[in-house]
Amino acid sequence: MSDSSQQQPGILAGLLAVTRRDLLLAWKRPGDVLNPLFFFAMVCTLFPLAVGPSPEQLTVSGPGVLWVAALLATLLSLNALFMGDHEDGSLDQLLVSPQPLPVLALGKTLSHWLISGFPLVLISPLLAMTYRMSTDVMGVLMLTLLLGTICLSLLGSIGAALTVGLHRGTALLSLLILPLAMPVLLLGANTVSLAAGNEVYATGIWALGAYVIAALSLAPFATAAALRISNE
Amino acid sequence: MDALAMGNYGAYVWSCFALTLIVIVFSDWRARVRHNQVYRDIEVRIKALEEQE
Amino acid sequence: MWKFFHQWASPPHFYRLAKVLIPWLAVPGLLLIAYGTYAGLFLASPDYQQGDAFRIIYVHVPSAYLSMMAYVFMAVGGGIGLIWRLKLAHAVGAAAAPLGAAFTFLALLTGSIWGRPMWGTWWEWGDPRLTSELILLFLYFGYMALRSSIDDTAKADKASAVLALVGVINVVIVHFSVVWWSSLHQGQTLFKKGGPGMDADMLYPLLAMILGFTFVFGALLARRLRTEVLYRERRTRWVRELVLTPGGGR
Repeated sequence: MSDSSQQQPGILAGLLAVTRRDLLLAWKRPGDVLNPLFFFAMVCTLFPLAVGPSPEQLTVSGPGVLWVAALLATLLSLNALFMGDHEDGSLDQLLVSPQPLPVLALGKTLSHWLISGFPLVLISPLLAMTYRMSTDVMGVLMLTLLLGTICLSLLGSIGAALTVGLHRGTALLSLLILPLAMPVLLLGANTVSLAAGNEVYATGIWALGAYVIAALSLAPFATAAALRISNE
Repeated sequence: MDALAMGNYGAYVWSCFALTLIVIVFSDWRARVRHNQVYRDIEVRIKALEEQE
Repeated sequence: MWKFFHQWASPPHFYRLAKVLIPWLAVPGLLLIAYGTYAGLFLASPDYQQGDAFRIIYVHVPSAYLSMMAYVFMAVGGGIGLIWRLKLAHAVGAAAAPLGAAFTFLALLTGSIWGRPMWGTWWEWGDPRLTSELILLFLYFGYMALRSSIDDTAKADKASAVLALVGVINVVIVHFSVVWWSSLHQGQTLFKKGGPGMDADMLYPLLAMILGFTFVFGALLARRLRTEVLYRERRTRWVRELVLTPGGGR
């Protein structure tokens, strides 16, 4: 008994193994990474085309548009979080693995964030520039998106776990996740707006940070519970 | 009549109270209809099974 | 104690008990609402700022309160169902969701109608109460959509219980974030921090309405729960005996 427990890899190793596997899979199918990014860029393009290119309007609405676009792009990529694993049976392997399931769920969520959330943060300054955002505000935008996309990936993993294997999954997932994501959007977008108006914006950053910590400590357990229920 | 007019806010006040009444009555009515429906379905199924035996 | 509770929560017992319970909840509830309506509409003196329009408070606040209480019922029911595997607790969630959605919708409607003469618009995004109520309505929609898209009842129960528990934390976050947000935009609230500062002739009808709504909600919930229990137990022996008894047990 004691021998087998020594041979078993540690918790961190399990987490990293899951993450590395998903990153490798994404590397082989770059569409998974690029599609949400293209989607993000296109939604940001739609807005000036719809309301006109006046600089005043773009400066005022820029933070909100970028944030809504980031939220929708994250949502778009969530469906695939457990879908492939569910179809090829590797999800069942995760469920019977001796590693604690919340840790593995966290690993999957981490890889989802690295694949979809983090690239969004990296290209956001490019799009923010077209909305005439100043460099200082861009920094705040990137910081809020960095914290916000972590929250969205964690929240989204709960929804993806609840809807894995259901027929009307995609529409249902949006219906479940959007109301949960509204506070994140509200905090993120308004913090950037405050920064753009030269006002005190620290409250929003702190609140987002607190949200990240709360979500990191609670969401993996909810995701694990949801995965077990969905795969009974 | 003055009391019913609610100082020109009558339309707003009365429509709110009417909507509340509608929502409560409708909820109760829906619950009754659904209960009878479920009961009848079960009754039909069980009686059919009973006759088969 | 534990044994008593289990017996009380056993489906056949609950099914019979709830039927007896309904009139005992509905009659006092309707009497309280009748008193509250009369006193609120005709006895309470008009508000010094809002005139008679403030009387909408007597239906708006109780429905807003019920919209949140129904959500708590869903979450607590789901939690108990997950932890102690009590089937009746899951049925509470299933029965409370449509009622909660109905009262949330009512709170939104009455809030919007109240807003029209006060703000000059049917909808005011700056009002934190209305905005968080709208998000609550979406949460109810999500819960009901998840429930209806899973065919297996036991699975639907557990999945929606997880969602309800996540949602109840979210309701708190929504509340605080929306209050922060509306304070940035100088939000306009319908009533100031009223509460006990109200005059007695304004306050008592409101308390009567809140209590009356709670009773009526209890009666509606009991009625829906009976249906839910009957449906879930449709293949059991007690339902078979119930249905075959002359006169039935509707």
